[in-house]
Amino acid sequence: MNALSILYVILFYVAIIVLVAGVTNKLLQYKRVPAPLRIPVTPAPITKTGVIYRFFTEIVFFNSLFRSTKWTWIFAWMFHLSLLLAFFRHLRYVISPDSFIWPLVNNEVIQSFGHYAGFTMFIGLCGLFGRRIFVDRVRYISSPSDYLMLLLILGIAFSGLMMSYVAHTDIIELKEFILGLFYFSWHNLPGDAVLLTHLTLVLFLMMIFPISKLLHAPGLFMAPTRYQVDNPREVRYLSEWGAELEADGRNK
Amino acid sequence: MADYEIPETREFPIIPTIMEGAMAHSSPFVADEEFQTALGFPYPTGKEKGELIDGWKQKFLDLLQDKLTKYRSVQVFMDICVKCGACTDKCHYFIGTGDPKNMPVARQDLLRKVYRRYFTFAGKYFPKLVGAIDLTEDVIREMYSYYHQCSECRRCAVFCPFGIDTAEVTMAARDLLAHIGLGQKYDNQIIAKVHSIGNNLGLPGPALADTLEGLEEEVEEDINVKVRYPLDEKGAEILLVAPSADFFVEPHVDGLIGYGKVFHAAGVTWTLSSVASEAANFGLFIGDYANMRKISLRVRDAAKELGVKRIIFGECGHAWRVAYNHLNTLAGPWDFLDPNYPVPQHILEFTKDCLDRGILNIDKSENDHMTLTFHDSCNIARASRIGEFPGSQFVTPREVIKAVCNNYHDMVEETIFDQTFCCGGGGGLLTDDLMEIRIKGAQPRLEALKNVSKDYGVTHMAAICAICKSQFTKILPYYGMTMDQIVSVHQLVSNAIILEGQGEESEDSDDTEAA
Ligand code: SF4
Ligand code: SF4
Ligand code: SF4
Repeated sequence: MNALSILYVILFYVAIIVLVAGVTNKLLQYKRVPAPLRIPVTPAPITKTGVIYRFFTEIVFFNSLFRSTKWTWIFAWMFHLSLLLAFFRHLRYVISPDSFIWPLVNNEVIQSFGHYAGFTMFIGLCGLFGRRIFVDRVRYISSPSDYLMLLLILGIAFSGLMMSYVAHTDIIELKEFILGLFYFSWHNLPGDAVLLTHLTLVLFLMMIFPISKLLHAPGLFMAPTRYQVDNPREVRYLSEWGAELEADGRNK
Repeated sequence: MADYEIPETREFPIIPTIMEGAMAHSSPFVADEEFQTALGFPYPTGKEKGELIDGWKQKFLDLLQDKLTKYRSVQVFMDICVKCGACTDKCHYFIGTGDPKNMPVARQDLLRKVYRRYFTFAGKYFPKLVGAIDLTEDVIREMYSYYHQCSECRRCAVFCPFGIDTAEVTMAARDLLAHIGLGQKYDNQIIAKVHSIGNNLGLPGPALADTLEGLEEEVEEDINVKVRYPLDEKGAEILLVAPSADFFVEPHVDGLIGYGKVFHAAGVTWTLSSVASEAANFGLFIGDYANMRKISLRVRDAAKELGVKRIIFGECGHAWRVAYNHLNTLAGPWDFLDPNYPVPQHILEFTKDCLDRGILNIDKSENDHMTLTFHDSCNIARASRIGEFPGSQFVTPREVIKAVCNNYHDMVEETIFDQTFCCGGGGGLLTDDLMEIRIKGAQPRLEALKNVSKDYGVTHMAAICAICKSQFTKILPYYGMTMDQIVSVHQLVSNAIILEGQGEESEDSDDTEAA
């Protein structure tokens, strides 16, 4: 194996460990911190099923964002949906053809949708970037990292599109490399610049995930304003530290 | 009326362009030593009022760490904002002032920048990149200013894709500030009064008894029926906890008269309490659990002492938020009350039930001189229910109003229900030293009110919050309206309800019989 490939093997493992360990650590931290008071934003569901429905509308349709601003909604929704489609398309590179899910991934629908998702992702990101520059309110709240994050993902989308349409990479070799990572029998990585750019940016994204605003993805589920059931009169909630205060005997 | 620049009201709302520093001068008075100590907060001994305690910086950071481990909301909200900007045009204080630090996300950022600097990897090593800043006294002063330009109304939280609630951040920040010497005078004074006397107005038991007696006489003179307004009556079925403004501030007191008439007509026994003579709980505003609990426990003490079976809260926005969401947590469990009723109940739930059962005799035409609209108080709209189903907090008050009035029209859709605009004076800002921000923050609500008045001839706006009512009576004149255009919902009920024996003049009827 060449030195470059060894480097990327290491980078891949590091990135995955950082991503998984980092996000798990954050989620455990959120879980550990109590929510001492009931604060669902109402109207809120009064059952658990209702809460699931609430999240469904938020995750699938970006309901609150839709109510808030249509432009941001269009671009953000376009981007995230494209991301999902691109993700499915990429499964082709990490799933072995012997696997039973292979037909689910390697079919016309997934592959062609995924193909064009690159463009819609690009448009969505440009829209979000433009909004950050041209709307005075959004410009005011943006830090350098907010622009860089968009540029990073734009870079990923752009290099991906390049490989699809301009400078194809050796897919067979790439797939051997990826599968090798799973089975711990490592292979060489194709050495073309576009692929390396694409991979480097993705690895970087994975590594900063747990320490950046990308935490919004898992964090969404941890917002008490959204996940709490609206039933405080029926159920008495008491946090551990709240209960300690009751040592004064006044709730007797 | 002092001179303030009054924002224009227009036919359609316009998002202002940002004007940096437009409200940087606005800051409430700082609490005196007496009112810091009364609440368990430190005071910078030997220094001028408004200075910070020794070692304030470390104290602030330690307490922030403490908040992050005690409140999931604070920890999660500090992390997950993506700066999408969806909330930026949603705050009435931003709309009314154009000050970018009144955009909800920018308000959160005042604390978030410090959080990032001291508690995150990126902020520790790349502060410029992520907009993290060192904690300096200037930063503290800015927080004190802008965290008191937030009424904790949660309108921003409705629109944030992640449900980030700026009110949670404001509460946490105010608590941190109070713990380094910067308590807010108005809030602290009021809480101290509740702790020592039992209500926000500092009205002691005997004065309260006098007031209620006067009220009974007034009502009897008016309708010739003896309606009771009892205080501390042991064995009554219902304990009514009303905001203390209901005892003599207009139009609040007309609401209290209304509650009494409804109870009278329903034939239940009820009482007010001199121990729990306050529904309001400013502990919420300053983000302090212990103080909020201490105030809530007065209701428990009163309920036990008087041996009541049910607890009903009067018309007050944040009071209902605390009662509905937190009374069970803070002052429960309520296993000694009648399990057939929710604890607590809202007075509108009671009145609505009476109307549904047809036990109230209503003459709607008594309200014909008015055309009403309804102001959804934000704390009720976005933090509670009044009724059984989600959204009943919008339906119940409107149904009650429509049951007692013939003329009703809603304001424009984007300003009611869960999109309602705050009155501008909530969240502990109802003080004269914050008059400018109160006036400017009222702009979106009053713009909608003016438009519905023009288009549909609305003459009066009904509200179910003591703070809203006080704020509007004060602010309406600045916008060219009159203070009596704001009414209590139970004032409308009171106007329309006909009690048994009402209007009959005993001697007259004798005459008729004789004839
Ligand atoms: S809407 Fe939410 S995520 Fe977007 S900027 Fe505002 S607080 Fe941040
Ligand atoms: S809670 Fe209300 S007042 Fe505070 S920032 Fe949000 S919208 Fe503005
Ligand atoms: S005073 Fe009324 S409108 Fe203002 S924050 Fe409180 S409930 Fe909302």
